[in-house]
Amino acid sequence: MQEIINIFVKSIFIDNMVFAYFLGMCSYLAVSKTVNTSVGLGIAVIFVLGITVPVDYLLNEYLLADGALVWLDPSFADVDLSFLSFIMFIAVIASMVQLVEMIIEKFSPALYSSLGIFLPLIAVNCAILGGSLFMQEREYQSIAEATSFGLGSGVGWFIAIVGIAAIREKIRYSNVPAPLRGLGITFIITGLMGMAFMMFMGIQL
Amino acid sequence: MKALRNFLDKIKPQFEKGGKFAKLQSTFEAFETFLYVPNRVTLTGSHIRDANDLKRTMALVVLAMIPALLFGMWNVGYQHFLSTAAETGDIWQNFWFGCIRVFPIIVVSYVVGLGTEFVFAQIRGHEVNEGFLVSGMLIPLVMPPDVPLWMVAVATVFAVIFGKEVFGGTGMNILNPALTARAFLFFAYPKNMSGDQVWIAGQGDAVSGATPLGDALASTTTPGSSLTLPDTMDMFYGFMPGSIGETSTLAILIGAVILLFTGMASWRIMLSVFVGGLLMGYIFNWVGANAYMEISPWDHMVMGGFAFGAVFMATDPVTATQSTKGKYIYGFLIGFFAILVRVFNPAYPEGMMLAILLMNVFAPLIDHYVIQANVKKRRKRWAAAQVAA
Repeated sequence: MQEIINIFVKSIFIDNMVFAYFLGMCSYLAVSKTVNTSVGLGIAVIFVLGITVPVDYLLNEYLLADGALVWLDPSFADVDLSFLSFIMFIAVIASMVQLVEMIIEKFSPALYSSLGIFLPLIAVNCAILGGSLFMQEREYQSIAEATSFGLGSGVGWFIAIVGIAAIREKIRYSNVPAPLRGLGITFIITGLMGMAFMMFMGIQL
Repeated sequence: MKALRNFLDKIKPQFEKGGKFAKLQSTFEAFETFLYVPNRVTLTGSHIRDANDLKRTMALVVLAMIPALLFGMWNVGYQHFLSTAAETGDIWQNFWFGCIRVFPIIVVSYVVGLGTEFVFAQIRGHEVNEGFLVSGMLIPLVMPPDVPLWMVAVATVFAVIFGKEVFGGTGMNILNPALTARAFLFFAYPKNMSGDQVWIAGQGDAVSGATPLGDALASTTTPGSSLTLPDTMDMFYGFMPGSIGETSTLAILIGAVILLFTGMASWRIMLSVFVGGLLMGYIFNWVGANAYMEISPWDHMVMGGFAFGAVFMATDPVTATQSTKGKYIYGFLIGFFAILVRVFNPAYPEGMMLAILLMNVFAPLIDHYVIQANVKKRRKRWAAAQVAA
């Protein structure tokens, strides 16, 4: 139990998807103009990560990893299908994103239209695929650990995008030098936020 | 004096539009308003009339830092003579030694920082703002006494450009510039910003130069060692190694009184920072897993940069939250995270700097939700009134 909580906290603060690995930057930069839409996208990412990581964990454990197929027949003990992981993970992610898209369209058309193209683009959001690949690489021991890692990474991404959205709302009327307006200043803010988040690096859990 | 005024009036036209030095208009303007009260008046309707302008605000904050600065100078000398057991200094020797160590840092910080500001003001064609007067004093106060001067210069340039000017100058920044400078150095040159070799200028071999926080950290990482802190009152007065301005809680409290009396800083933030820190300290006391956790919460308040950060850094009106309720949340979380990082993160003995930076980042978000909650409450009240009517 303690291990699960540790993984959760660690993936939010210490291994933050945005500030530690700079993953998922495209939608992070594009949708962070207002707090309300970024909350919507953040929740969508938590949801997608929270489902795809455990599903991919099962895939990896019982289909892809070296010798994972022994449950079918002992003669498969040296079959290694991990070269298929990218395509399998992406298939899972794409179908999950379709599901989220349908849910949001049904229940919150306003959010659906404000997220626009970036909602289907979650499918190619590197934070999502990154979550599954980190899960594979770090060899989590159980599906509970994988789930807590997925949810934690989502929450970390959520905190990052909501934080920068509030800052961007605040600096909307600042006299930013013309060449830096828009994306330039957002990159600089992201760097400064990353510096502040370095306070969690090195915490041993 | 009259001659100076006349001279300024004589050269003024050259700096105005169409003049020979029109490009240097803001430099001229900065010097002129520094020397004389400007005679320009507001042309269109103005809404706020107050004798307290930006220059006076900055001057008062710098004044509030003077006790910490003077004590810091004395302490630099005191620690130096304490570490070289052969010689001892009286109060003036201590002070003089500290003065020749600290003064160059202040000069470098001001010259480099203001220089950067002037360049930006010229290029972008706006006035030179007074904002750097405070940052320029804060930067030396948060540096270790042994810091090389070129590092101060590099950090100041980074802080002024990336912490402030890219956002449009004074009043627009999201991170405290002085803390940005310190954090930049801390991550870029960790050897010169932490450890036990940098806190005493011209250190002798007689003592280890670790700060009390460094000692406390060592007690958790080296097994079998026990932790002896300096006397609480000694730490309160500031007789310990540390950054130049942060050691004496007493001097900082004098500054806090000045700030609060003149209404420059928010008492809500100061109070809630201390409350957050104390609460976290008591929680760790209650857990008590290692020697570090058993440090009295009151000791935490006087160790390291906690008091300095709470009084001078967290209350920075630009980077703190703006709403009343937000100030309590913001301050509380600073105190909370500062102690948490101190105890939990072996990489950084000092948590205050990073806690304030982190909350600077989230201050706009806190404000956003405080305002949203308020909107919601009023909407509900209005709806109830409609129903009643």
